[in-house]
Amino acid sequence: MPNKGGVEKKPVQPVINGSVAAQRRISQLPRNSIMGNFRDDEQDFGNMPDLSDEALRPVRPDDQLKLTEAELNEEHTRILTARNPQAAENIVRYSYKDRLFKPIPHVDQLAVHFQLDGNLILRDSDEGRRQVARDGGEYTIEEEDEASTPEAESTEEKTTQDGEDEDDEKPVESSATNGKTKKLTNQFNFSERASQTYNNPCRDRETFVEQTPRAVFSDNVSQWAIFDAYNEDFDLQQKAKEKENKKSSTKKDDDRKKKFVATDLSGDDMAKFARSKSASISLKIIERMINQNTFDDIAQDFKYWEDAADEYREQEGSLLPLWIFQYDLTKKLACTNLAWNSQYSDLFAVAFGSYDFLKQTRGMFLVYSLKNPSFPEYIFQTESGVMCLDFHHHHPNLLCCGFYDGSVAVYNVADEQKRPKYQSTARNGKHTDPVWQVRWQKDDLDGNLNFYSISSDGRVVCWTLVKSDLMYADIVQLKLEKPATEPNETLPLATLGCGTCFDFNKQQDYLFIVGTEEGKIHKCSKSYNNQFLDTFDAHHMAIYAVRWNTFHPKIFLSCSADWTVKVWDINYKVPLFTYDLGSAVGDIAWAPYSSTVFAACTADGKVFVFDLNVNKYEPLTEQIVVQKKRTKLTHITFNRNHPIILAGDDRGNVISLKLSPNLRKKPKVKKGQDVAEGTEGESVKLDKILALIRDPDDVKSKGVPTQQTSTTPIPTTN
Amino acid sequence: MSSTVVSTQQAEIEETMKRIQTHKGVHGFVVMSNDGSFVRSTIDNSTTMSLTGLIRTLSDKAKSCVRDLDPQNDLTFLRIRTKKQEILVAPDKDYLTIVLQANEQH
Repeated sequence: MPNKGGVEKKPVQPVINGSVAAQRRISQLPRNSIMGNFRDDEQDFGNMPDLSDEALRPVRPDDQLKLTEAELNEEHTRILTARNPQAAENIVRYSYKDRLFKPIPHVDQLAVHFQLDGNLILRDSDEGRRQVARDGGEYTIEEEDEASTPEAESTEEKTTQDGEDEDDEKPVESSATNGKTKKLTNQFNFSERASQTYNNPCRDRETFVEQTPRAVFSDNVSQWAIFDAYNEDFDLQQKAKEKENKKSSTKKDDDRKKKFVATDLSGDDMAKFARSKSASISLKIIERMINQNTFDDIAQDFKYWEDAADEYREQEGSLLPLWIFQYDLTKKLACTNLAWNSQYSDLFAVAFGSYDFLKQTRGMFLVYSLKNPSFPEYIFQTESGVMCLDFHHHHPNLLCCGFYDGSVAVYNVADEQKRPKYQSTARNGKHTDPVWQVRWQKDDLDGNLNFYSISSDGRVVCWTLVKSDLMYADIVQLKLEKPATEPNETLPLATLGCGTCFDFNKQQDYLFIVGTEEGKIHKCSKSYNNQFLDTFDAHHMAIYAVRWNTFHPKIFLSCSADWTVKVWDINYKVPLFTYDLGSAVGDIAWAPYSSTVFAACTADGKVFVFDLNVNKYEPLTEQIVVQKKRTKLTHITFNRNHPIILAGDDRGNVISLKLSPNLRKKPKVKKGQDVAEGTEGESVKLDKILALIRDPDDVKSKGVPTQQTSTTPIPTTN
Repeated sequence: MSSTVVSTQQAEIEETMKRIQTHKGVHGFVVMSNDGSFVRSTIDNSTTMSLTGLIRTLSDKAKSCVRDLDPQNDLTFLRIRTKKQEILVAPDKDYLTIVLQANEQH
């Protein structure tokens, strides 16, 4: 590449001294001859004396051109043009219009040799005027200040103003002076001048500090961690809102609670664990899991086993024994009552007491869950035997019970204290004989909870829970009809019969039936105190249980110590069915899923299950369920949701049994006929059966008070 | 009143733990707290340490899995059935309960 053009296009210099050592182009000389050229230049200036030293003779390099004299004197013309040697000579651009490359005729020949940007701007230019305008605020103030001293500075000014133009001088001068004081600066590359100050020498100082203890921690954040955090925040907000609402009322509570703040603060891990509530829940879960493992086969049977043999036996069913619920302390006691919880279908309560008149000891009641057959969930000990209990329908934690000593009590099962919430005392209308049955009723008009109890002292009493008291009200007194044997008596003594059981009609709440020890069943109403609506001479011996049918409003069952179970219609004095079971019948229960199925348990340890739809005269199942001989079964009950029965015996055990499919049958439907489900369907079903029996007896059995031989067969079972 | 409530609850928990330990088939019973220290154990120390460490991570993983699927859900318990025994794990807010039970022989 050629060097700078300026060097290249040296004007032709006339040969000065005509010496052989004429001008040579520096670029063509090899480099090590530059030194020689300098000496040549020195000679050209003519300052140096012409030395003809050997050392100063020009050294000719070997590869220099050797030209003759004539050639050396030849003149070469050089033309100086204004072209830029570095500009391209043949720039070609693509023309879209013509679709071909076209050479550009004129190429820009401007060559910039040097460029320097200054930092002064013209006062009258746009930028200058803008700056002046911007600084014009101070400008006017300064003007006044400066105006006072224009004369002093006017002498410095070189303006060509005469003394005549003094009026104009001042503003002009002031502007000039102001122009002097205010320097207009180029906004873009204005630079300040600075000067170097003295830099103090630096020194480093270090101290070593004790390392703060550090720990590395890490955590995972996931969707649920965020969810938890939001929940906590929400809870806090809710609490804050509640606090705002309840500010005044909580003050009293705090005062009372302050006393108990100082609890035992043992730092023991074990104690802390024991006190934590969530730990108890997880322990409970573990216990249930263990039990599920141990009783795994039973659990599987409970859920899934269906007796396949039932397909072959049309009129028979079977009961599969499942869990047996036992507890040490109840081994000597008899199971006196069983009740399922209204809300939790796996929870049931068992009452323990003693039926023996002479051997009366303390009693207890346990609450078991099917999920944990080895240990009860709740244990309550009482002073006298518990004869009966009942869970409240809406409040699944409230349990009322009646005792052998005649008192009644209401417990809160969830209560830690294991003491009754309410208890009746001798002053408070306590019964004078054992309470055989209690039953919760619907809340009364004031919204108070109330329950009924019946006892051997012949009274049916309604107990109402009013605030913290138990109020009683006699409903019915079971007066005996005294046969007129002593006509000379002036004061008729009213004796009361002994009530042993009662049941309230499911459809008509005010109607209830009472069974007595004399063997009579009375139909009573809550509204009539003195009289019974009706009386049935039902049995020869004490009636142990009466039960209304679950679906049909008019049918009920009764069982007695005279070995019989009878099915009644409330309008007829004669039983519809009578079954002799061979031993004192302890209890009966209707099935919750069918209006025709019921079960009975007897003192020889057998459970009978009847289905009127299938066989009106014989039980479908008759099975011994007790382990040891001579154990009496005292109570029986069906579960609402699961196909199991509980049977309690007098050795303190409760046995659960699973019903085989035959016992749970719903009637077969003919094609085209739709089955009415629910209560109406069930009662219709029962009506059909009853209609089959009743027709021939219609005239004879209606409204006849004394017993009469009717055509209803009295079957005997083996 | 609150202190007596606490003590009855404590007694109940103690009784439950005793019942679990003496239940048929239960080999071992460990309760550990969230920070890694164990509250109660009926098996030897070295086994307990290894068991708790491993089970803790597994239980956390299972819980995380359940909650990732639905944050409103939560893990109730975990069962691991092995050839020799069955390990029951009940995780809790503050504690982790582990029971080793023998498998039922049919």
